[in-house]
Amino acid sequence: MKAAPFSYVRPTRLDDVVAELERAESTGGGKVIAGGQSLLPVLAMRLGRPKTLVDITRVRELAELQDDVGTVRIGAAVRQRRVERELARRVPLVGRALPWVGHREIRSRGTVCGSLAHADPSAELPAVALCLDATLTVVGPEGRRRVPAAEFFTGAMSTVLAPAELVTSVTVPTPRAGEGFGFEELARRHGDFALAGAAARVRRDGDAVTEAALVGFGVADRAQHRDLTVPMAQAVSQHGADEKALTTTLAEAVDQIAAEVVTASDAHASQQYRRRLMRVLGTRALVRAWTDSRRRTHA
Amino acid sequence: MAQSGSGNYVGQALARVEDPALVTGRGRFLDDLDPVPGTLVAAVVRSPHPHARIREVDLERARQHPGVAAVIGPEEVLETLRPFPLSLKTPMPYYPTGTDKVRFVGEPVAVVVATDRYTAEDAAELVHIDYELLPAVVDTAEAEREDAPLLHDTAESNVASDRLFTFGDVEAAFDGAAHVVSGEYSFPRYSSTPMECYSVISEWREEADGPQVTAWSNFHGPFSMVPVLAGALGIGTAQLRLIIPQDNGGSFGIKAGIYPYVALMAVASKYAGRPVRWTEDRIEHLLASSAGSDRVMRFSAAVSESGMVEALDVDFRENVGAYLRPPEPATLYRCFGNITGAYRIQNVRLRSRAVVTNKAPTGLNRGFGGQQLYFGLERLMDKIARTLGEDPVELRRRNLVPSSAFPYATPTGGIYDSGDYEQAVAKVVESSQYQQLRARQEEARSRGELVGTGIALAVEPSATNIGYVGLATPAEERPPGRDKSGSTEHVRVSVDPFGTVSVLLGTVPQGQGHATVARQVVADRLGLPLASVVPKVDMDTDSTPWTVTSGSYSSRFSPLLTSALVEAADRVAETIKVAAGVLLEASPQDLELAEGTVRVAEHPQRSVAFRHAAGLVHWDPGSLPDGIDAQLYAEAAFTPPQSTAASRTDQINSSLCYGFVAEVVQVRIDPDTYEISIEQVNAVHDAGTVLNPLLIEGQVHGAMVHGLGGALYEEMAYDQSGQPTSTFMDYLVPTSAEADFPLTGDRVVTPSPVTKLGAKGSGEGSSMSFPAAVASAVEDALSAHRIEITSLPLHGNVIHDLLSGSEDQKTAQH
Repeated sequence: MKAAPFSYVRPTRLDDVVAELERAESTGGGKVIAGGQSLLPVLAMRLGRPKTLVDITRVRELAELQDDVGTVRIGAAVRQRRVERELARRVPLVGRALPWVGHREIRSRGTVCGSLAHADPSAELPAVALCLDATLTVVGPEGRRRVPAAEFFTGAMSTVLAPAELVTSVTVPTPRAGEGFGFEELARRHGDFALAGAAARVRRDGDAVTEAALVGFGVADRAQHRDLTVPMAQAVSQHGADEKALTTTLAEAVDQIAAEVVTASDAHASQQYRRRLMRVLGTRALVRAWTDSRRRTHA
Repeated sequence: MAQSGSGNYVGQALARVEDPALVTGRGRFLDDLDPVPGTLVAAVVRSPHPHARIREVDLERARQHPGVAAVIGPEEVLETLRPFPLSLKTPMPYYPTGTDKVRFVGEPVAVVVATDRYTAEDAAELVHIDYELLPAVVDTAEAEREDAPLLHDTAESNVASDRLFTFGDVEAAFDGAAHVVSGEYSFPRYSSTPMECYSVISEWREEADGPQVTAWSNFHGPFSMVPVLAGALGIGTAQLRLIIPQDNGGSFGIKAGIYPYVALMAVASKYAGRPVRWTEDRIEHLLASSAGSDRVMRFSAAVSESGMVEALDVDFRENVGAYLRPPEPATLYRCFGNITGAYRIQNVRLRSRAVVTNKAPTGLNRGFGGQQLYFGLERLMDKIARTLGEDPVELRRRNLVPSSAFPYATPTGGIYDSGDYEQAVAKVVESSQYQQLRARQEEARSRGELVGTGIALAVEPSATNIGYVGLATPAEERPPGRDKSGSTEHVRVSVDPFGTVSVLLGTVPQGQGHATVARQVVADRLGLPLASVVPKVDMDTDSTPWTVTSGSYSSRFSPLLTSALVEAADRVAETIKVAAGVLLEASPQDLELAEGTVRVAEHPQRSVAFRHAAGLVHWDPGSLPDGIDAQLYAEAAFTPPQSTAASRTDQINSSLCYGFVAEVVQVRIDPDTYEISIEQVNAVHDAGTVLNPLLIEGQVHGAMVHGLGGALYEEMAYDQSGQPTSTFMDYLVPTSAEADFPLTGDRVVTPSPVTKLGAKGSGEGSSMSFPAAVASAVEDALSAHRIEITSLPLHGNVIHDLLSGSEDQKTAQH
């Protein structure tokens, strides 16, 4: 279990990172390495053979974690654990999802942007990025572009990134007035990739629902985003604070998403079981988000 | 039993003497050693196919790769080695690589020896093997069929061993039974996944009188594998030197399967002309090291009107993987003497089959044979209770071997040395508040909750009598004068001129804390402070006392090694007393050893320091009485007379000691996600005299978490095409997050009359009982759905399948 030969470079300027990736593209392929928590096993098992690893952790601007008005911006070299420690309250859905990402030891090396760029269909952070309408900043030979999360993921382990491009940061909106969040996941063990999971965002105005979004993950080649504003608003107007009745009604709405689960059966979960989990966890996440939204009547 | 020691360290919860080095990174594991300069490094080329004929092996391109010293394949293996001598005469030749065929995914085919592992793995990609793919079979029932793919062309079938044993009048008991209750159960193949994987350095040297092989490895016995290894190498055991470092990063039996690699690296060393090191990585370990066997079991019980089990009819079909790698088929026979478990069952019929399939070979694993047995037996006891409409605890209680019956002879030849099962069960019923628990549970169920309580009892065998391996061969074919028996353990205790006591152990620990307890025992016997006793646990077969039964397996340390220590230390004490008698002008029989001195028992103020007595023997032996040798060392080979060979009627006392475990487990199943959580565990253990409560507690926790793995998480699954689980992404070992269930432990102490200190083994019991107890609890939680749990592991997906009853959703992984 030793990697095939590769070159390793560690530039200190973003321009140089892009230049190295461009050069590697012509000589057999380069790969950005930040935390390496997914990449190193791939290298060790020789499942991937990039000719050049471009380490971005010494590029100062990529290590920045910025707390702005209305958003936080997480640089590509920022470790998950740092976000968990410093910004869990500013971006509560991120804060709720992070403890599910591997184990603490893994999060102290792994990066938020690395998880997004890796695009594992069972991973938590792509689902959270979708749920919050986060925006990724991508830099490459053609310059800089901003890609909404909804357009970033193209399939299992694949994104819109061109070979010489990298994610430099992700911008995540902080909660607005009346917004609440829910996050649910089931894995065989703590820290494993999800059998299925759900991230929910609900916004209220008084006792009425104005926005509701649910993202399911572990259920298809990429996380699935659904706007559930209409069924959620109906359910709430019908049942209000009756959580049990709300759960029953919402389960029907979530059922439609559950029916679309396409992840194939494996030793840990059949497709039918994943559908059940999607229904249960999706409903729980929505109810949780609705309850949570009460706490944020003012931004 | 139990001559009381003069000191009082035994029984104390002393901290482990091993730990300071381990927790500060100063452990000395095999990879920390570099015994021979210029050692090269190997990578193993393995079969990606479960079953294929090897048409051609092309090693030339790999040999040309820069940095490569040698590449060996089937040709070099056949040139150098003989097949490993098997436990049976079954014609299924076993070499460390495939030679004619490959028979499991991960089977070695070639070895690349290079300057470093990276280079070796680069060159390994250049080895070309031309395979002719053959159909594979992974299931024992399938493998037994006439038209099944035959693994070994030289054998008539895939059944490596098939034996039928009958004790008592089984037919009559079934004919007269009020109820016959039967069930079919299957236990999964799983492992113990030690933190440190296999590691070997082999050095092949051509000496004037033939080859000499020296091997450093983290092998830990059984040393009955040493003649097996020497047999394959075609040398005597005197030409084979095994060295094992003091620290071994866990094994739980799994590393007993390392010896084929010792042979393989010896071949590599022969062709490389240099010593060769191979360190197994995790993927290799999961694919091809070892695992406990999967077993399909059919149990039937003849039950009387009053709920007494009168007879047991058992059929074991053991999946030993592609080869009958010694000591297999031992898993089938390890629990032979205690096959009736905690129950007074007089009549037993047993059919034992070992079947080869296209899976990796099996071997020792914590709970060896007991995990499988008790899963079947305890599931059956639950089923009997359900059939009769009785409480599962009450039904068991009625059938227990009564306290008055010890020592108790089982129909299969076991002699349960001591126990008080009734008391242990009473304790666990009390500590779990069993009656109230049942009432609370009923109430919770009426609210739609899925909660359940399970129980399992296990008689925990320790100190294997290796004679049981002989049972796989019919009595009439066992040659007279070639019987096997015994569970001997060797030690050497010596005293230096300063009174410091060295203790050489042949137990080769894997992290259990043997040095800690050895120090307690010897310090007590010699009346010394702990610091005066220095145990040495590294092994060198050229200098450490050992025999074929030596090693760390079948929970041998507490019953056997400590008994040998008592014998050896007491012999040394005799000489010390003679020497002190010279200094004190007293008769040796009036003296006692205490507080670092030798003193007159009646007049403790008349004393001499232990070290002065020892010094006299070393410096002034001329002053010793005539006929007394100046020998301040003693070797002992504790040889329990109860461990004899199998009788002509196939009875055997398969272990020296039999401890006991009673466990009550409460589970809750989420009615929506079907996630299973363990709410509470109450356990009572009896391991005889407790030598060190801290260590025994660690063993109990460890065994329970190992059992938890098999119950809810771990399975070395193969799909029908023969492709296995190969990474920790799929092979799920419980972590601290899964193992934090509340546990209330309690103890019954019935000292063993057959060991010197009354101690028995205690490292395996809960790994035998816990999977059965969890299954019992899950079945109970689902009782409203009338679902029977007959296999493991259990998790949300399995519960979902069971409840939806949809066979089509079952994955092909079983």
